[in-house]
Amino acid sequence: MSATTEARRQVPAAILSPVEKILINRLQQGLPLVRRPYAAVAEELNLNEQQVLDSIKKLLAEGVLTRFGPMFHAGELGGGLTLAAMRIPDPDFERVAALVNGFDEVAHNYRREHELNMWFVLATETREAIEKTITAIEKITGYPVYNMPKEQEFHVHLHFPV
Amino acid sequence: MSTSTSPSETSITELDRKLILATQAGLPLVSDPWAELGRQLNLSAEHVLARFQALQEAGVIRRVAAVPDHYRLGYRYNGMTVWDVNDDRITELGTAVGELPFVSHCYRRPRHLPYWSFNLFAMVHGTTREAVEDKASQIRAVLGDACQQHTILYSSAILKKTGLRLRR
Repeated sequence: MSATTEARRQVPAAILSPVEKILINRLQQGLPLVRRPYAAVAEELNLNEQQVLDSIKKLLAEGVLTRFGPMFHAGELGGGLTLAAMRIPDPDFERVAALVNGFDEVAHNYRREHELNMWFVLATETREAIEKTITAIEKITGYPVYNMPKEQEFHVHLHFPV
Repeated sequence: MSTSTSPSETSITELDRKLILATQAGLPLVSDPWAELGRQLNLSAEHVLARFQALQEAGVIRRVAAVPDHYRLGYRYNGMTVWDVNDDRITELGTAVGELPFVSHCYRRPRHLPYWSFNLFAMVHGTTREAVEDKASQIRAVLGDACQQHTILYSSAILKKTGLRLRR
């Protein structure tokens, strides 16, 4: 099942309390690595620790946050990571998407409006497995895969102010 | 369980792997999450915290943070802006684009001529399509005459989103 982006756009934005907004903004920047990190954030923001913990739990339960925890740099874990694209004719798109999504190594897959219309992230436990996976995808789908590994990283900082 | 890992080492060890497995779904939401992880892994809270600090210092962990569903925050449009930038200026200009506060990811990637001539990728998000286009025009201004062409690829469907996971 693919959730279409149009369908996602219909989901109303969450209604957030002032405290939740402050916390979402602060917690995207990273927790201090100290013994009682939630208490440390609470003190910074003039809240109490229980408010911080309860708010994170509520935001996770409501799906406003998809995750709260360490963000790993996949490349530094010794595994392989790449972005790859394919050019799939419309009538064949669903079939190929199902085949590509069937690979555990495919972490994200997006349809995008371009001649190259399928874009996915491959994450593998070893660097060598990237090439193998790409070859396997080409073989099972019958279409070429354009591998676009990062050559330089200039910035990664996902931050959505609310 | 026995482990000889010292908290100051920065290469990925068997202990790190256990810490990653124990936290890839999330950090425990309790007052002292390090003590909670320590209980699960038979380590002291100090040891767990020191290892997290070392991993963050080494860049294995970027940070311990909240990941919002950007749609729920009202950011409904994600645009992958892609740019054909002169190779001899890409380091300087990629750095400048990466410093724009609204650019969430910025990478240099290889071209695949003739289908793909873009070598700089900058991801931007907006509450409207116009907001994404306005941000792209600010990137255009930074790149100036070193950029031959660009386009914006909007996502029209999320086909899969499971995130990065180690296998157990």
